[in-house]
Amino acid sequence: MTQAIEQIQISAIVNGEKISRMIEPRLSLVDFLRNELELTGSHVGCEHGVCGACTVRVNGEIVRGCLMLAIQADGGEIVTIEGESDSGEIADLQKAFHERNAAQCGFCTPGIIMTTTEMLKNNPEPSRMEIREYLSGNYCRCTGYEAIVDAIETVATERKGG
Amino acid sequence: MKPSAFNYAKPSSVDEVLGLLSEHGDEATILAGGQSLMPTMNMRLSAPSLVIDINGLVDLSGISSDGDSLRIGALTRHVEIENSPEIAKHAPLIAMAMPSIAHPAIRNRGTMGGSVAMADPAAELPACLCALGAEIEITGSGGARKVAATDFFRGLYDTDLGDGEILTAIEIPKISAGYRSAFDELARRHGDYAMCGVAAHAKVDGGTISDLRLVFFAVGGTPVAAASASAAMEGQSVDDNSIAAAQAALEEDISPFDDLHCSATLRMHYAKELTKHVLTTLAAG
Repeated sequence: MTQAIEQIQISAIVNGEKISRMIEPRLSLVDFLRNELELTGSHVGCEHGVCGACTVRVNGEIVRGCLMLAIQADGGEIVTIEGESDSGEIADLQKAFHERNAAQCGFCTPGIIMTTTEMLKNNPEPSRMEIREYLSGNYCRCTGYEAIVDAIETVATERKGG
Repeated sequence: MKPSAFNYAKPSSVDEVLGLLSEHGDEATILAGGQSLMPTMNMRLSAPSLVIDINGLVDLSGISSDGDSLRIGALTRHVEIENSPEIAKHAPLIAMAMPSIAHPAIRNRGTMGGSVAMADPAAELPACLCALGAEIEITGSGGARKVAATDFFRGLYDTDLGDGEILTAIEIPKISAGYRSAFDELARRHGDYAMCGVAAHAKVDGGTISDLRLVFFAVGGTPVAAASASAAMEGQSVDDNSIAAAQAALEEDISPFDDLHCSATLRMHYAKELTKHVLTTLAAG
């Protein structure tokens, strides 16, 4: 098959900065963020929506960065783990993950933190079971999840003033 | 892996979509939420030369109440359905199923129309729509037509959608007085594809079940209506004897298969246990 593939312009706000690039339509959002913008905190794991390592926020909602074309985020607002980290909104989560050793190899951690940020916004006082269910789409192959749930529970308790 | 190269179109009307479909035929594919299409393209199981992104068709998104039925636009995302008071009130079976559909990040993107058009045999919504007697609205160059959900799902990933047609909406009859719904599934991990699942809808009057519709998923190529098990419960109250009769009748309704996750025998066992669970739930209200 030989067909001319047209490059398309994407303009978006990524972590508060306006960006604009010419890209191939087939470029996934996570590859765009990593390869074009050098935001390598979002990881590429399974590339079919199972592992959650590529989780980013688009227009306020978390999505799989591997299951969305970059061009579909045209005109949108994207926040990656770098943006969440720089804004300070996850400082307590980062501290709790560090103290509880909830990040071991660290591959899944950005996706887990992105998912947790949304969960705590929707449900500030999750039970341990609710934490596990919300995070069920994020694989971690190191921790056995117990430390992750501990860290998130600690932050939820602290945020409500406990 | 990465998808093969394709061109991209983002039409803003259904007519434009139909024009592109007629021009490009099999070479074109429709991108809605992308939560099934993107994996298949990433794995190169699908390699369209044109991707038609329908996310600009705002008219296809949203839930509206129309007399005795609810209309769900094809582009309505799972998260919107999950949080909709209209759905919770008038189609509680759909609301019950939503949390079992994949994970939050996927429900933020995935659409009702995409899930139905994909017709994955392990998907929750097709079974729910069959149990509720929903209709699928399909639009083609000759206009819109409606087909019963039970006729729409024809085989493994095979539906009544023809070439050059697009699924535009789902219509669900609002729940009638005296009717109840129940839903359950078994998966290895919350949000994973089920090893076995069931949608149940019935009239419950003082503990007596009638007009039961049990529809299983992940036990065959399409949603499978358990007609014999449903009939076995007609006019019965839910007790150990009626449950056992329904479970026995289930052997006539479904023929589960072996796969990586569980054997046919285990799947049948799960189907029977799920039957017991949803019948008990229906009776308990």
